[in-house]
Amino acid sequence: MSNAPVNNGRRRFLTAATSVVGGVGVVGLAVPFIGSWNPSARAKAAGAPVEVNVSKIEQGQLIRAEWRGKPVYVVRRTKEIVSALANHDGQLKDPESEQPQQPVYATNAYRSIKPEFMVALGVCTHLGCAPTYYKGNFEEQVEGVSDGFYCPCHGSKFDMAGRVFQSVPAPTNLVVPEHSFPSEDTLLIGVGQGDA
Amino acid sequence: MFANLMAWIEKRLPLMDAMNKHAAQYPAPKNFNFWYVFGILASVVLVNQLLTGIWLTMNYEPSGEGAFASIEYIMRDVDYGWLLRYMHSTGASAFFVVVYMHMFRGMMYGSYQKPRELLWLFGMFIFLVLMAEAFMGYLLPWGNMSYWGAQVIISLFGAIPLIGDDLTLWIRGDYVISGATLNRFFALHVAALPLVLVILVFLHILALHEVGSNNPEGTDIKKPKGSVPLEEQSKFQFHEQYTKKYDIVDAIPFHPYYTVKDLVAVVIFLIAFCWVMFFAPEGGGYFMEAPNFEPANGLKTPEHIAPVWYFGPFYTVLRVIPDKLLGAIGMFAAIIMLFLLPWFDRGVVKSIKFRCTAHTVNLIQFAVCFIVLGALGTMPATPINNLIGTIATFGYFGFFVALWLYSKNEKTKPVPERVSG
Repeated sequence: MSNAPVNNGRRRFLTAATSVVGGVGVVGLAVPFIGSWNPSARAKAAGAPVEVNVSKIEQGQLIRAEWRGKPVYVVRRTKEIVSALANHDGQLKDPESEQPQQPVYATNAYRSIKPEFMVALGVCTHLGCAPTYYKGNFEEQVEGVSDGFYCPCHGSKFDMAGRVFQSVPAPTNLVVPEHSFPSEDTLLIGVGQGDA
Repeated sequence: MFANLMAWIEKRLPLMDAMNKHAAQYPAPKNFNFWYVFGILASVVLVNQLLTGIWLTMNYEPSGEGAFASIEYIMRDVDYGWLLRYMHSTGASAFFVVVYMHMFRGMMYGSYQKPRELLWLFGMFIFLVLMAEAFMGYLLPWGNMSYWGAQVIISLFGAIPLIGDDLTLWIRGDYVISGATLNRFFALHVAALPLVLVILVFLHILALHEVGSNNPEGTDIKKPKGSVPLEEQSKFQFHEQYTKKYDIVDAIPFHPYYTVKDLVAVVIFLIAFCWVMFFAPEGGGYFMEAPNFEPANGLKTPEHIAPVWYFGPFYTVLRVIPDKLLGAIGMFAAIIMLFLLPWFDRGVVKSIKFRCTAHTVNLIQFAVCFIVLGALGTMPATPINNLIGTIATFGYFGFFVALWLYSKNEKTKPVPERVSG
């Protein structure tokens, strides 16, 4: 040991500098560990857009498409259903679709591109269950509304535009996925209007 | 020869010394009752889970395609596979039974109070890791309830503002719960979390032995050095770690006195355990739920998604709060309240025996609320159930608020200096 006086200032500086560099190293090292939890390239590829032929759907019929493993409900709404959408705004949580649960081009009274076709994820916004379609017998759930969706898990209710009713656990309207109509009969789920 | 070998080892690693310190010369209060067996039982179940878990991984296939079939393979084709799996699944429920009893013991006798706050915190972290372990383990059979249960719990994180959706995507590693989710849950369930669990248990026991065990009367068995005449001190030889600072009274060495007593409890526990395992391994649908006997199906929601019974209390709290984000906050708050118990309780008297009547009433109502919440968690959410659940939720949180209020200037009975029994 030399008898040189201890330079405490330098010692503190070196300790701090080492700690900072070490800290940056830890953060850098965390990147691959955290990043590896992101969806892999394969998972992303499997999440590619899905094409649905809508020409064969009958009036009032619901078909389920699968997109990214989730059910997408596609309903051909009758004129009566579309015109009835305006009749129960007072009973809804978000009748004007102010929450961003749909793309901008579907932020309208019927929450879709064409009034005729409802496109929404069949995943309840409460805890992810699949709501059941009550075709013509929704009166047993909501008086005065003939068609809608009822979630069997915790009793959430949605109308024929996927808008959620009041006093149910689901906080928001059903999600309308990005979708577009490349041709009259084809619905493309996963690619938005104007993106393609 | 053998003695020489032992001495040679002892000089390099004081194994015997550690054994003495933590077993043969560890002073345990002589008045432990029935409630004090659950710590040991939890250790027994932990060993059971580790052993059977390792053996199950030998035939289990962690993939979205193969998981469900590999469970059937274990059940039907692997010799004793059914037994190992039932040991593991029954062990999961048994773990929570004994841990809940162990925690309630701590609450009754004030075992979380000063100086045992850190001991309690380690215990709570064990409880938290145990819940994560059970949740992730439940996904592995890849049954339909595995799938939808995970769906419900993971989507809770989606309630967090701004980052919610990205966070759930990151947890799942896919746009839906898929094989990617299953694989990471498998890795956490069989490697990461058990490692954390074992370390926490080690720290829990180390912290316990540092401050010493509480007892049903909440009296201190460690008196200041030199304050107790020799003839009144415990007659047994304790490790100098304890005797150099304290005079020990009313204590007996953990081994052989409590090891033998605990052995009786272990045998009785194993009889009950085996009865469930052999005659009711599905626990009437509460240990293994009916929808889990069909494979995971993301397009088919079970009629009624219910968590396994041990998550019931917290799930009910989540459900009765009509707002998604507040519900999730409420559920986590219910657990955080338990963490903070040592600071909610401002009293100095530990045991329920010497505390005010209000405390007894409060603790009983808490236990009732907890059981009611648990029962409701397995039932459908009807309006009447929600009403009862709301009341029980208020009772649950009310326990902590009331405790904080009355414990400040509590009218207590005199605590005996020495163990009376």
